[in-house]
Amino acid sequence: MDIVVCVKYVPDMADQPRFTADHRVDRAGGQLSELDEYAVEQALRVADTVPGTHVTHLTVGPPPAAEALRRALAMGGDAAVHVSDDGIAGSDAPATALILAAALRRLTPDLVLCAMASTDGGTSLVPAMLAEHLEWPQLTFAAEMTLDQGGTVQIRREAAGEVRHLAAELPAVVSVTDRIGDPRYPSFKGIMAAKKKPLDTWTLADLGVPADRVGPAARTVVDGITARPPRAAGTIVPAEGEGGRRLADFLSTQKFI
Amino acid sequence: MSDVLVLVGHLAGPVGKASLELLTLARRLGDPVAVCAGTVDERAVETLGRYGARRVHVIESDDVREYPVAWVRALADLTADTRPVAVLTESTPDGRETAARLAVRLDSGVLTDVVDIQDGPDGPVATQWAFAAGYTVTSRVVGGIPIIAVKSNAAVPEEAPATPAVTRSPLVLDEADRRTRVVSREPRESTGRPQLTEADIVVSGGRGLGGAEQFELIERLADALGGAVGASRAAVDAGWYTHTHQVGQTGVTVSPQLYIAVGISGAIQHRAGMQTSKTIVAVNKDAEAPIFELADYGVVGDLFEVVPQLLDEVARRRA
Repeated sequence: MDIVVCVKYVPDMADQPRFTADHRVDRAGGQLSELDEYAVEQALRVADTVPGTHVTHLTVGPPPAAEALRRALAMGGDAAVHVSDDGIAGSDAPATALILAAALRRLTPDLVLCAMASTDGGTSLVPAMLAEHLEWPQLTFAAEMTLDQGGTVQIRREAAGEVRHLAAELPAVVSVTDRIGDPRYPSFKGIMAAKKKPLDTWTLADLGVPADRVGPAARTVVDGITARPPRAAGTIVPAEGEGGRRLADFLSTQKFI
Repeated sequence: MSDVLVLVGHLAGPVGKASLELLTLARRLGDPVAVCAGTVDERAVETLGRYGARRVHVIESDDVREYPVAWVRALADLTADTRPVAVLTESTPDGRETAARLAVRLDSGVLTDVVDIQDGPDGPVATQWAFAAGYTVTSRVVGGIPIIAVKSNAAVPEEAPATPAVTRSPLVLDEADRRTRVVSREPRESTGRPQLTEADIVVSGGRGLGGAEQFELIERLADALGGAVGASRAAVDAGWYTHTHQVGQTGVTVSPQLYIAVGISGAIQHRAGMQTSKTIVAVNKDAEAPIFELADYGVVGDLFEVVPQLLDEVARRRA
């Protein structure tokens, strides 16, 4: 079985994000999106149990995005593909999905795994977009995933009013939540081995993606970004045996009681 | 005026508040067309009309329950018929999945997590909160029909009574639309409490509670205030409360009038889910907990003393 895990290089969310003058996220520094580790983990668990499984990590991003691939390879897997091209900068979710889909057509996997969302843009759009491009089924926001020998993949989705089980035949796109199982930490051996695993870099031309469909051709435009004004400092009081009453007083003045 | 398609979805009871919010926002852009399936009775049509639907379009097919991609086909068909100025969905997992596929099918731009929409000279202008809700972003769709996924509580539903025309169409899926199928559904038992994303008041518990049984204290406070119950990721990961109540980056984001964080330290991943709340109250024994940076009012103390006393006070003041 061939699995491709789509991963993203994102700014460290513990830092303040920086933006370029044309309202793009500054991607000079970053890391593997934390939620992607759950998708990598699921791929590795399949590889641990199904002999002959080949796992490729795939990303679209600027040159430093290769770091995200090395991190994923350090967790495990066999190879990585980095789609990198000056024409990509500024791509929105549909443009990114177009590029990823072109790479997936070339990699011809049985299963594509993604995180439920990136930790920066956080749109959750790309997995379903990939499925639409490829005319494949998508099973998104999986809290559990099972693969049977007949090539059926089934997931459990924890929706607001119900728990839903969804199924599809491979090939399929599955996105997973952070409920699906904790990712493994890369071992020292894994980190060393990752340096020797093949990492190919492809351009838009390699994939036959027309430059006028991506990057500045994005179908959405950001007009403005402003930092949220910090909240006014609140009143913090010690309980001193009166905490509940003090809180009740506050809630009364605010008309909540 | 041009049509604005509003995905109401499958109805099996009263029209949800989120749909009324979508209709309220859709009116700013054109004539709302409520797209639904299931039990669309007189009462549902009346409610949709009261909140401004000029037309109620019923998809006459149960396939929308069986095949998640069916809504994409339904909306794509309607779009070809009416050339709407926008398509609005909820920014839930289901709504985003539909929006994503529709965007590719129509070659349109799509915006998610939208908290406000205004009409502008170049089409709808959407406001989003980005990067753990630390930034406010204004965006537009510049290619194709704007597809906009809206967060709940983005607008207060406003009545604008209209008598909607009711139109109907069958749904013809192709093979690719059937490739994702629903195997089974287990409805959740209703708690009788308001839905987390829709509630005006949310009371959340975290690691400080120390166990599942102690969540009863959170439930009692939520019930006393008429609120919903939330939980931090730490509490959910520990198995003390169900994941559907998780507030934060990988759970739900809420923006109620009042958010009470009990025994929650306020990690960035939690803050992402609640920092747009109007009033924030925190109870935590650690005076250094980052949640106090957000709090309008904070009590530093033992939650097992503070919350019971608060419950007594609420009962006493109401008596």
